[in-house]
Amino acid sequence: MSTLLSTRALSKRFGGLTAVHEVDFDLPEGEIRALIGPNGAGKTTFVSMLIGRVAPSAGAVVFDGQDVTGLPAHSRVALGMAYTFQITSVFARLAVAENVALAARRRLGRDRAAVREATARALDRVGLSDRSGALAGDLSYGHQRLLEVAMGLAQRPRLLILDEPTQGLSDSEIAAFKALIRGLAAETTILLIEHNMAVVMELADTVTVLNFGEVLAEGTPAEIHASAAVQAAYLGTGADA
Amino acid sequence: MDFGPYLLLASLEGAVTAAVLALMAAGLSLVFGVMRVVNVAHGEFYMLGAVLAWVVASAVGGGPVLGFVAALVVAPLLVGALAAAADVTVLKRLDYDPERTIVATIGLLYILQQLTLMGYGPEARPVAPPFNARLALPWVEWGDAGPQLYWPWGLSITSYKLFVIGAAVAVLAGLWLFMTRTRVGLVMRATQLDGEMAQAFGIPVERVYAGVFGLGAALAALAGVLIVPIQQAHYLMGGEALLLSFIVVIIGGLGSLAGTVIAAVLIGMSDGIISVFFSPTLAKIIATLLVAFVLVFRPRGLMGKAAR
Amino acid sequence: MTGRGREIALHGGLVALLAVLAFVLPAYHHGNVARVMVLAVYAMGYNLAFGYTGLLSLGHAMFFAAGMYGMGLPAYHLGLGAGLSFVAGLAAAAGLALAVGVLALRTAGVAFMIVTLMFSQAAYLTILLFGTYTRGDEGLVLTRASRVLAGVDLSDPMARYVAALGLFAVALFFTLWLVRQPEGRVLVAIRENEERAELLGYNVFRHKLAAIVLSGTMSGAAGAAYGLLFGYVGASFAEVQYSIFPLLWVLLGGAGTVIGPFLGTLFMFYLIDLSADITSAYMLIAGLALVLLTLFAPQGLGGEIRRRWAGWLP
Repeated sequence: MSTLLSTRALSKRFGGLTAVHEVDFDLPEGEIRALIGPNGAGKTTFVSMLIGRVAPSAGAVVFDGQDVTGLPAHSRVALGMAYTFQITSVFARLAVAENVALAARRRLGRDRAAVREATARALDRVGLSDRSGALAGDLSYGHQRLLEVAMGLAQRPRLLILDEPTQGLSDSEIAAFKALIRGLAAETTILLIEHNMAVVMELADTVTVLNFGEVLAEGTPAEIHASAAVQAAYLGTGADA
Repeated sequence: MDFGPYLLLASLEGAVTAAVLALMAAGLSLVFGVMRVVNVAHGEFYMLGAVLAWVVASAVGGGPVLGFVAALVVAPLLVGALAAAADVTVLKRLDYDPERTIVATIGLLYILQQLTLMGYGPEARPVAPPFNARLALPWVEWGDAGPQLYWPWGLSITSYKLFVIGAAVAVLAGLWLFMTRTRVGLVMRATQLDGEMAQAFGIPVERVYAGVFGLGAALAALAGVLIVPIQQAHYLMGGEALLLSFIVVIIGGLGSLAGTVIAAVLIGMSDGIISVFFSPTLAKIIATLLVAFVLVFRPRGLMGKAAR
Repeated sequence: MTGRGREIALHGGLVALLAVLAFVLPAYHHGNVARVMVLAVYAMGYNLAFGYTGLLSLGHAMFFAAGMYGMGLPAYHLGLGAGLSFVAGLAAAAGLALAVGVLALRTAGVAFMIVTLMFSQAAYLTILLFGTYTRGDEGLVLTRASRVLAGVDLSDPMARYVAALGLFAVALFFTLWLVRQPEGRVLVAIRENEERAELLGYNVFRHKLAAIVLSGTMSGAAGAAYGLLFGYVGASFAEVQYSIFPLLWVLLGGAGTVIGPFLGTLFMFYLIDLSADITSAYMLIAGLALVLLTLFAPQGLGGEIRRRWAGWLP
């Protein structure tokens, strides 16, 4: 399988603090990759550099063979990356359907019928079809997270980055979310930043562990589960896994 | 007059402008620094200070000294109380949302200005200075017999103008001591650093905000009282003063007291000196464009510190 | 009726009503409504930036004045015809909006407000500085000959009314069309959540710049038309007050609604017109309206109508 996304020596320093230190990372096309690590390990900083919300201090991001390090976020999204926010960031005062339509329209332009269809399909997949007329801000927290995912789907990305998608979801919502991601695996590459170990173990093909801004380990869920180094990292910082 | 003495005169006049400007801008800067509120009505508080000075001075009678001293006390207090009331009734209810606050203070600007027009009228009125001795100033000239002092005709300043400079320095020093050495000042600066955290530590943020807004307005009013013996009180005098204080505060770095004072001296002095060489309109164009470009390219101000 | 039909019925109905009023209104109100329609175009232009894109400018008077002087100076000094002068006014406003946009859009929020305020103040002072050509506060009175468009004398009240209505209708339906387009929806998305719009792949800066240029050009069209129709070009139209007015009209009428700017302009115009009979301090009304609207009805008339009765209002 070809590599869709890779980073070379990617680093970010905030003043004297090094949040991410020379990370080399390769994500093959079609994989579901989980990115885990204790709080403060640099996960969100790392993915923010991938999508272009944060400029790296050094290093390079390569997407689909093209160096995107200097590109603004919107250009990276146009190339096929999509990002769902850790803290839900929907258009609260716009209708649910319009939120998704905005995501679809960048790709489909003026073709109203195609936009409508893509919107309906994305909402259907996350199970929000019956709420399409509601204001996004009126949805429950869990539903807003699903709306974020629907906005990601409607972009039909080649790489979907989900930043802690299950945070704050109920057990039944998490079960539905897992089914959704499994269904997506055939269409897109997924990078999942996740705290919930049960979700990681069940969904991921490969797991990358970040600790103190560096890659601590990488392997199958089973390998990671068994790794002493990973356990030490979590225990050492107060386990939440 | 020769060029040298002329420049000295321009600098002295500039120093008076700088003194008044520093007081006003310090108020604007304080309000922005602590509350993150851009108070567009600030110029009207300055105008109210000047107009109230006339009102108080004419009501008190008993000579220019008594009237002036009464105005110096009463006008800033009244204006400060008015501003604190405006904070509680309007700004607080907007949750200090930056954009809506600006719109509301624009409304406040027109309300204060137009009420003054209705009550005080469109005339410009003077207040007699408490003292106004003319002090001639010497100049040095290199003649055949080495340097010698002489008193060029027209090179002089009034004792009142010197008093304005001194008063501004004293008030600003007092403000600095108040902010750095007293408990209340400490509380204000804590609120400036982090409003929510201050609230969590039991600081009455609401009262601090009302107090800061009142104090900022009182400083503008004080500047207004000090200026009326030199310039007359007029209901439209706030606009230009507001523009100049904006320039000062932005160039000095928003919310930094020291930067504001330095910028006030710079702008006040150069305003006096530049207008010697350029048309005042061109000088103002340059100043407004300077503010715009500073905000676009150096948003922390020319003298602003790096982000905390 | 479908949503689309309702929209066209409402806005077409307004234009038709204004057309009928041309033959009904007494002379005084006839002139007033013509003025309100031109100023409403200014408000609609402002609304594109503030209401739809969330760019709160305090300096739109510079665009209004750029249109007015871009039209007036060549008409007055070079004897350029009304049509070409109007186009020159549009070009001047568009050019200025592009330049100001490129610079000012590097800032956001409060800094954007102050930067636009300062640029506008500099533009006003520049008009005064070149008093030899602009005659400063005194202004230029355009001759009747320079106000003839395609053989029609625009100083004639009926011709003036019809021309104002024509411009108003164009601006109204253009706005209605624009907010339905994908580009218009992106502007609203930027207003609601700029970072999210960027991360959906939209070039936020370019969209905002386009919004400022459209907004500035429409404001300039209003300025040029005002000069042509009322025969006067003066520096007072570039003052801070003329930057505050469209904000006030749009806030009152309802930011981000197509019909709101007209409602706000109409109400405020008559409110100030009536109070000017009572007191010279008529700007007091404007001040009170700004404070009360910000406090109690930030959505304005149009927003309230949309909230209570007509959720479909564009």
